[in-house]
Amino acid sequence: MTTISTPRLADLTVGDVVAEGAFPLTRDSLVHYAGASGDFNPIHYRDDVAVSVGLPGVLAHGMLTMGFAVQPVVDWAGDPGRIVDYQVRFTRPVLVPADGEAVVTVVARVGALDLDAGIARIDLTVSSGEVTVLGKAQARVHLV
Amino acid sequence: MSVNPELQGRVFPPVAPYLVGREKVREFARAVFATSPINLDPEAARAAGYADVVAPPTFAVVVQEATLAQLLAEPDAGIDFTRVVHGDQRFSFTRPIVAGDELTATLLVATVKSLGGHSMVTAVSTIVDASGAHVVTATSTLVVRGDE
Repeated sequence: MTTISTPRLADLTVGDVVAEGAFPLTRDSLVHYAGASGDFNPIHYRDDVAVSVGLPGVLAHGMLTMGFAVQPVVDWAGDPGRIVDYQVRFTRPVLVPADGEAVVTVVARVGALDLDAGIARIDLTVSSGEVTVLGKAQARVHLV
Repeated sequence: MSVNPELQGRVFPPVAPYLVGREKVREFARAVFATSPINLDPEAARAAGYADVVAPPTFAVVVQEATLAQLLAEPDAGIDFTRVVHGDQRFSFTRPIVAGDELTATLLVATVKSLGGHSMVTAVSTIVDASGAHVVTATSTLVVRGDE
């Protein structure tokens, strides 16, 4: 494991890419998240139920996407406790095929810096294919 | 049936306390692809100054969930859960959730708005620890689709 040093606010510039990630989601990922979170809505694991409510297929839990999208920022910050605020808008669902994977990519950029408060706002671009799946995805990170 | 506008401003009774277990935190962390040792390894968490493993930021939804269940079950709410879409979500922390915490969540329906046949309900769940100190506020906007 590499040693993580905490980033310093003074070293950051708005627009900097500070972290990136790619998350291949399979049905196994969704079942695992269902059990871990307690969200057993069957649209996240049963094709017949998803189709019966008018969806094109099984979708990833929005909260799963929100959950992993911040992880590149956690790793960059070095401590999950540095995330003091995190918000997203669920704009497009992530369809996960039964026999393959849907890759969700994350690019984390510095959106704003508040030196007095010691907060960096990190803006996340979260996409699957060419489609943005989370809007206004922002994590506020306490740094010194 | 549409969402009852009188829900706005309603505060619900606190839900039963949620005891945060170490293995639940680790299970949740793996499910959201967390790799930070502070989420997974009690020794690493202690070395970073925490009493035990730290939950990933979105773990708060597990504690919040019981308050949303209260809202959907409210007899006069008029919320048909089959028409509910999660619009947005926010977590605002005073401190992170740590294994061993006993957390209590209290729901406030902050706003109920109508927009083009749909309703938007903003649910604010305030989560405090056993001493009553604030840990995190979880805010969900639920979009309730109107009859087509």
